[in-house]
Amino acid sequence: MKISKHSIEQKVLEGGRLSLEEGLFLFEQTDLIWLGKLADVVKRRFHPKPLVTFIIDRNINYTNLCVASCNFCAFYEKLGSDKGYVLSKEEIARKIEETIDLGGYQILMQGGLNPTLKIDYYEDLFRFIKEKFPTVRIHSLSPPEIHYIARISQLSLQDTLIRLRTAGLDSIPGGGAEILVNEIRKKLSANKTTAEQWLEVMETAHKMGMKSTSTMMFGHVETYEHRLQHIIKIRDLQDHTMGFTAFIPWTFQPENTELGGPKTTAYDYLRTLAISRLMLDNVPNIQVSWVTMGAKVAQTGLFFGGNDFGSVMIEENVVAAAGATFRMSREEIERIIKKAGFEPRLRDMEYNLLN
Amino acid sequence: MTDFNLKKIKEKILAGERLTFEDGMTLFQSNDLLTIGKLAHHVRLKKNGLKTYFTMNQHINPTNICRNDCLFCAFYRKEGQDGAYRMSLETVRQKVLERIEEPITEIHIVGGLDDGLPYDYYIDVVHVVKELRPQVNIKAYTAVEIAYLAERSGKSWAQVLDDLIEAGLNAMPGGGAEVFSERVKRKLFMDKLSADEWLKIHKIAHQKGIRTNATMLYGHIEKDEEKVEHLLKLRQAQDESDGFLTFLPLLFHPENTRMSRLPMATGVEDLKHIAISRLMLDNFDHIKAYWVMLGKDMAQIALSFGADDIDGSVVEERIYHMAGAQSSQMLTRQQLKNIITECGFEPVERNALYQSVDTETATVNQI
Repeated sequence: MKISKHSIEQKVLEGGRLSLEEGLFLFEQTDLIWLGKLADVVKRRFHPKPLVTFIIDRNINYTNLCVASCNFCAFYEKLGSDKGYVLSKEEIARKIEETIDLGGYQILMQGGLNPTLKIDYYEDLFRFIKEKFPTVRIHSLSPPEIHYIARISQLSLQDTLIRLRTAGLDSIPGGGAEILVNEIRKKLSANKTTAEQWLEVMETAHKMGMKSTSTMMFGHVETYEHRLQHIIKIRDLQDHTMGFTAFIPWTFQPENTELGGPKTTAYDYLRTLAISRLMLDNVPNIQVSWVTMGAKVAQTGLFFGGNDFGSVMIEENVVAAAGATFRMSREEIERIIKKAGFEPRLRDMEYNLLN
Repeated sequence: MTDFNLKKIKEKILAGERLTFEDGMTLFQSNDLLTIGKLAHHVRLKKNGLKTYFTMNQHINPTNICRNDCLFCAFYRKEGQDGAYRMSLETVRQKVLERIEEPITEIHIVGGLDDGLPYDYYIDVVHVVKELRPQVNIKAYTAVEIAYLAERSGKSWAQVLDDLIEAGLNAMPGGGAEVFSERVKRKLFMDKLSADEWLKIHKIAHQKGIRTNATMLYGHIEKDEEKVEHLLKLRQAQDESDGFLTFLPLLFHPENTRMSRLPMATGVEDLKHIAISRLMLDNFDHIKAYWVMLGKDMAQIALSFGADDIDGSVVEERIYHMAGAQSSQMLTRQQLKNIITECGFEPVERNALYQSVDTETATVNQI
């Protein structure tokens, strides 16, 4: 059957699954509000109540030394750089203490692929954190970091994950996915995990019962088709594991990066958000990205498939290095959610409502 | 978030019927952003198709010294105060000459009510600009400034307008309307014109063949009913004199004003104001999403919510930037065109009178 707006509408209303070709049609031949309205149908299937969730956490970037050399990254330093750092346990503890004081629920530790930090460093750090702050959830280490730790520690992925979890790792953030198509990954990064490796880390973690999020960084050298291939890979893995709690598409921030170029539009962002919601019929939550898009566009995203406002980030360094300098307090996030007609609710990492 | 109260409004819009005060209230109180946007887009397509207007323009704010004390203004200063400035006519000349090689078709001139300047200065500013750039449309002075000049000179509003027209005035901007509400006026802009005075001055201008714009300042202490009334008054005025070209909802930027504790209106509210204006003002041809005020991102999205104009290249914008606007100060012709084409619309370069112009080939076509 020929693809049309009508045929897609029918399929979505019947709960059918959209193909890559249908996804391309959505990108190329539909208007903004039509897309938003259809994405809203899928959103309401997962979230019938007018709630928008958010979390309070802190990004702790424990090291910026990295061997991956990604050309889209403005944060990393090469080995031997005098701007390189590894945070001490005391500094990390101080940051966690501040996070708890501000009502924070979890910490998101991510850093570079640093060859001096093997698995014992992370085990020691996580144990230290859990001993000092037993209530804090450790949502940390993206798949490229986990894959790298396994490699330099000469361990299998499964053994690495078991040891990290035993030491205190609770769940895994979906970073480092960029676009899960190797021809694109090669253009972005010389030494980062392949698409298969990224998915393998997530699959292994999910099968051990750990949850994770998933992300997509778009608006650089990829095409619409690459975005859809990425989304479909997430969808396929989710069919097997059901371990992804959320999908978070966000836009490449070109400032101060080697890759550079223009930033994609908010219009493209909202369309991609809506298409993600439509394609990912098995991922419950879609997060808007106020950190990269600003509060106004992120709020608008709540009408384009988004049901989660992400995090009140007490600290963020990575996209800030690439020029995104948006800041928001908990009160401001709650105000913005209410002004859009939704009820703001705090959640935990697994998207359970708190209080 | 489907709002079934919008059903009746949808039927009216599809039938081309006029909305009532109650309909306006229903729209403001609804959270069904996409249905409101879809209806506004329908009206936009009927009136303008995919055409989206932009202009190559220059802003000149000759003085920021102002006798009024509007609470929402970050631009004005008192005589002698830090940051106060007053351009000499020579400076105005220089400002125009600095960009004389650029393909500008509109010069937008507004400023403070400056007791330190003579009446003739205001007239001469227009004259100086016109002499240097006779082809350009001069869009100058809000109704508030016209009333002030009348008061200063003892002339009538009509006489002031005649003097300005003789000096080269082509169009008037829509500022100074704020919100047509006595309550808000008493609280925020005591010394300014009343709604009736503002509307009368525009009507006189229309009768003299001067086309004007209209605005509404939102995102401060105004109530929904005050905004609906504002829109209805403008719609009625347009029925009477048919001289308004475009309506632009103005987003209040609290930073650096005496109301800086207020949070800024949110993105969804920006889009609702654009869309509801499009729906209520059935006799206005154009709704503007001013990129300096909304930022490029929201201005682009607003094009799918009823807006068909993004304003212009704008050099040296001061009024919003004094209030903390983060947008850049200038866009090139190609950047303006890209903003429009990137979201699926057709760019049309215009002058202040909405005649289509092509500054690359220097042609003017009547639309």
